[in-house]
Amino acid sequence: MDFDLSEDQRLLQDSLAKLLKDKYGFEQRKAYLKSETGWSREVWAAFADLGLLGMPFAEDDGGLGYGAVETMIVMEQMGRALTLEPFVSTVVLGGGFLRHGATPEQRSALVPMIAEGKLLMAFAHTEQQSRFDLHDVATTAKKDGDGWVIEGRKGVVVHGDTADQLVVTARISGGRRDRDGIGVFLVPADATGVTRRGFRTSDGQRAADITFDAVKVDAAAELQGGLALVERVADEAIAALGAEAIGCMEAAKDLTIDYLKTRKQFGRPIGSFQSLQHRAAEMMVCLEQARSMAMLAAMMASERNDDERRRNMRAVKIEIGRNARFVGQQTIQMHGGIAMTMEYAGGHYLKRLTVIENMFGDMDHHLAALSEEGGVFVAA
Amino acid sequence: MELRFTDEERAFREEVRSWIDANLPAETRERMASGRTPTKAMQVDWQKRLYAQGWAVPHWPVEWGGQPWSAIKRFILSEEIQSTPAPSPLGFNCNMLGPVLIAFGTDEQKKHFLPKLASLDLWFCQGFSEPGAGSDLASLKCAAKREGDHYIVNGQKTWTTLAQHADWIFLLVRTDAGAAKQQEGISFLLVDMKTPGITVRPIITIDGAHEVNEVFFDDVKVPMANLVGTENRGWDCAKFLLSNERTGQARVGASKERIRRLKLIAKETPGGARPVMEDPRFRSRLTDVEVQLKALEMTTLRVLADENRALSQRKPNPASSVLKIRGTELQQAISELYVMAAGPYGLAAPHDPEADGRNEPDVAADWQTLAQATYFNWRKQSIYGGSTEIQKNIMAKAFLGL
Ligand SMILES: Cc1cc2nc3c(=O)[nH]c(=O)nc-3n(C[C@H](O)[C@H](O)[C@H](O)COP(=O)(O)OP(=O)(O)OC[C@H]3O[C@@H](n4cnc5c(N)ncnc54)[C@H](O)[C@@H]3O)c2cc1C
Ligand SMILES: Cc1cc2nc3c(=O)[nH]c(=O)nc-3n(C[C@H](O)[C@H](O)[C@H](O)COP(=O)(O)OP(=O)(O)OC[C@H]3O[C@@H](n4cnc5c(N)ncnc54)[C@H](O)[C@@H]3O)c2cc1C
Repeated sequence: MDFDLSEDQRLLQDSLAKLLKDKYGFEQRKAYLKSETGWSREVWAAFADLGLLGMPFAEDDGGLGYGAVETMIVMEQMGRALTLEPFVSTVVLGGGFLRHGATPEQRSALVPMIAEGKLLMAFAHTEQQSRFDLHDVATTAKKDGDGWVIEGRKGVVVHGDTADQLVVTARISGGRRDRDGIGVFLVPADATGVTRRGFRTSDGQRAADITFDAVKVDAAAELQGGLALVERVADEAIAALGAEAIGCMEAAKDLTIDYLKTRKQFGRPIGSFQSLQHRAAEMMVCLEQARSMAMLAAMMASERNDDERRRNMRAVKIEIGRNARFVGQQTIQMHGGIAMTMEYAGGHYLKRLTVIENMFGDMDHHLAALSEEGGVFVAA
Repeated sequence: MELRFTDEERAFREEVRSWIDANLPAETRERMASGRTPTKAMQVDWQKRLYAQGWAVPHWPVEWGGQPWSAIKRFILSEEIQSTPAPSPLGFNCNMLGPVLIAFGTDEQKKHFLPKLASLDLWFCQGFSEPGAGSDLASLKCAAKREGDHYIVNGQKTWTTLAQHADWIFLLVRTDAGAAKQQEGISFLLVDMKTPGITVRPIITIDGAHEVNEVFFDDVKVPMANLVGTENRGWDCAKFLLSNERTGQARVGASKERIRRLKLIAKETPGGARPVMEDPRFRSRLTDVEVQLKALEMTTLRVLADENRALSQRKPNPASSVLKIRGTELQQAISELYVMAAGPYGLAAPHDPEADGRNEPDVAADWQTLAQATYFNWRKQSIYGGSTEIQKNIMAKAFLGL
């Protein structure tokens, strides 16, 4: 095993870090946040120039053929800078569905556009009743000649308001909570019958509620793989979000340590109080434990045994969630009032970490599932 | 020991409950129940009703509008208010400044201000903290210089809660920069917010709310008559005020109400296979918090009963420090439970029809969109009114002799 980055990986990390340093200062971020899209098209174009958007796709499809480790490296930097662009939606989720579920024809049509920054995607899955269960799908897709008619409603579709293509789950057969009978469809966001209502998420980013009212798509819109495909892509997203959380946690920890060294009360730096020192040390313990899990996630992202992969991803989500919560809360607590304000970065890390914690299943959801599945270390 | 409420106390609880039911405007009740803070108009209107009933400041001496009640009876009233839920009487007026004036004010000050504080004819805010003086409050710099029969105040206050609603502010200012000890050169002033030279600037908190402010003083003229207590002895008033502020924050009644409400909400909230409330993990987390809250309720009653008995001795009860620490922790824990119950739909930011730049409606239930905002906002609980760390330092020093 080797936990060091290769030369190329380091280069990737450094060039993204430099880009974000130039383009993603906290003040610049505020301006992006307030804009119409809620993120920056200019930065998105810069991501394309850097090759980030074509990263995980096979070279044959017009991508760079990078793997989960590269995604981890990129996401960690994105987390540090609290970026707002639809990278997870378009590249990780959209890209994941294309890589694992699309035909070569579909890929050759869409991947180059993604890589060039010309196509945005979003994953329309969650429903009002489904909570975090990936197999709970009430939206329906009915055969209609060669194609399909989709009917239903999806909620909190992250970046759903700016996406060009939606990946939509819909029930082809069976009951609402059956594991079988779930179809996955590519639906253009401007298709007749698609209504989107955009809104802000609690961390300031954008999402949408989307209704599908007798939306017609042709046969080629169906991706192959059903629930297994959804789970696989969700697991890749968990790995990416985990790495993003590491970036957030690390930046939050650094910000806090700096503050402990400079903020003076009672005539000395507050970092000289042992109760805060120990808590700062505990932040580091949390960060390192979480970082290990982010690495486990990168390792497991390409695991072929679905069972093994899922089990480990659940552990990743639980452990990163737990530690992220502590780091986020302590960032505010040890800053005192200042981190309660919109004007200061500290609180925004807690907000982003909270949103990450609640995407693709919170700690309790995965704890319940993992314990049901026999835990991490399965006894014979 | 008599570990049960008396018949009289139980009857009083019923009386309070039906009075609140009859008097609390439906709009106010709804807003409170949704987990939002009352508007200024709602707060004022409600406090005036309490005042008319004689219930706004029962803990004050009878001559100033208080009631000759036991601490337990006062607890019952405030618990019923919190658990309806209705707005509590404004803390700055009733729990902070009022008692300070009663203890340290001149007769004129008492006569002029106390009725207005109780009826909320005047809304006060608290100008203690400054950018460089948070936990270390005594290091404050905002200065007042004597000029004839006036002070001239210059400096800045920060984190001033609801200064945008306030008519007056009570201030800690430095009147003697050369005092041997920091604590010895501080005075306590009352200042009309309309005085020329005062600027209020909003601070937006991470949940998007406008609750706190910066307040700037530029050559602000304050009559000498507005000095409370003795010049340079304002720290005595501050210490007295802070100890009252801390015991007021357990808010057990409010937490009980939040838990009851959460149970109802979680029953109605689908969570995949079953309603969230039927998820064993959620239930056991919730129950765990309830158990701790029950313990805190008992601790509160012990502190109150003790306060009743030992008024003359005035020895601080070690258990009173538990109230601020555990009370705020539990409020924070409950806010986390709401986030859990809200699930993925909790990602939507709150839709507030009164705010500009409102979020689009209907994406999720109102309580779901408020869950994360409240969780973020309530991180403040362990920071203000003496942070958890400062409380523990006090406990270690005062009670444990460390
Ligand atoms: C079962 C057992 C086996 C052991 N085996 C060996 C052995 O084989 N060989 C050997 O040489 N020793 C051994 N030790 C000794 C062990 O290393 C000491 O117990 C340890 O160093 C702590 O010292 P102490 O017990 O004197 O506690 P103290 O040093 O008196 O500490 C008491 C408490 O104060 C805390 N404390 C002390 N200083 C600070 C500080 N600066 N800041 C914050 N907190 C502080 C400590 O963490 C502890 O909680 C063993 C101890 C045990 C219990
Ligand atoms: C929402 C909100 C509303 C407020 N409303 C008001 C108001 O209306 N009026 C008003 O005057 N003030 C108000 N405050 C201010 C509040 O009282 C201060 O924020 C508080 O005293 C902490 O000060 P600080 O924010 O400067 O943090 P700091 O004092 O800088 O503390 C930073 C961190 O260091 C820790 N720390 C500091 N000293 C020690 C020590 N000796 N040992 C261990 N840890 C220590 C703190 O606990 C904290 O975790 C409000 C604050 C907030 C957040």
